[in-house]
Amino acid sequence: MWQFFHKLGSPKWFFGISARFMPWLLAGGVLLLMAGVVWGLAFAPKDYLQGNSYRIIFIHVPTAFMAQSIYIMMASAAVVTLVWRMKLADVFVKAVTPVGLVLTFLALFTGAVWGKPTWGTWWIWDARLTSMLILLFLYGGVIALDRAINDEKSAARAVAVLVLVGVVNIPIIKYSVEWWNTLHQPATFKLTEKPSMPAEMWVPLLLSVLGLYMIFGWLACIRMQTEILSREQRTRWVKEFVMKGRS
Amino acid sequence: MAFDSFSAFITMDGHGPYVWACYAVFFVLLLLLMVGSVRSRAAIIESCRRGYEFQTDKSKVAATSAPSASFERVNVPQD
Repeated sequence: MWQFFHKLGSPKWFFGISARFMPWLLAGGVLLLMAGVVWGLAFAPKDYLQGNSYRIIFIHVPTAFMAQSIYIMMASAAVVTLVWRMKLADVFVKAVTPVGLVLTFLALFTGAVWGKPTWGTWWIWDARLTSMLILLFLYGGVIALDRAINDEKSAARAVAVLVLVGVVNIPIIKYSVEWWNTLHQPATFKLTEKPSMPAEMWVPLLLSVLGLYMIFGWLACIRMQTEILSREQRTRWVKEFVMKGRS
Repeated sequence: MAFDSFSAFITMDGHGPYVWACYAVFFVLLLLLMVGSVRSRAAIIESCRRGYEFQTDKSKVAATSAPSASFERVNVPQD
């Protein structure tokens, strides 16, 4: 167990093992996402209340779900950075923050465009929308803070603290639709209950969530590899990897 | 199919612009993110390779070329 933990912390080991998973993550992710999106757009039945505008859900829910789930993963990595000073945890945070930023923006954008035909407005300052906007700023803040500090180790620690402070926003996002009056509908999926939608609607939604999750896994691997290569370029194994077959 | 015709699929009872705008922005940004990530990985590999080649070139030059000036003691007769 502990040996595995330490291996996991070694950039070289991660570099080798991630290369093996990446093609599967990419192929599986693209396939699942495409299946979910095509099913949701063309085959799922029309919503009796919202009409066809509800079809935005097949990208809105996956992006919003990923936006929060990436933040939770970053927070776990931040704990590892602070407690065990593991290099790879910091590499992960740095690599996935831009991905989280883009997905949060997409959740807000698709939500706004969905709101116009459904609620009659692009934006309201209610709890769910505002807390998601704060999440967007948190991602931006993490990137800005990391760029502002030149020393790698101090940057890692400062970023980890900021990420952990921002975690308070996650339950606010999650329960905002229950604690406050809002235009936003409650969660589509709950672990404890059966989905309130018919299967022809929630199965494609589940497919696109899983697909985007796998694509995120691929993005995380490739971006972590980039970060590792740039940090470890003075080591012998990176030199061997780069110069392989090129002499 | 949930739609009777292709044009009904495109217009989506007037919700077409909203739905298609969302999907377009989603796929464009996701694709940019993926292409950008692949490219930055290729770029760092390329810059590492250049760095290593520059280093080996420098050490080769240092090893092969004769020094342009030598600092050996020359005994000049003083008388």
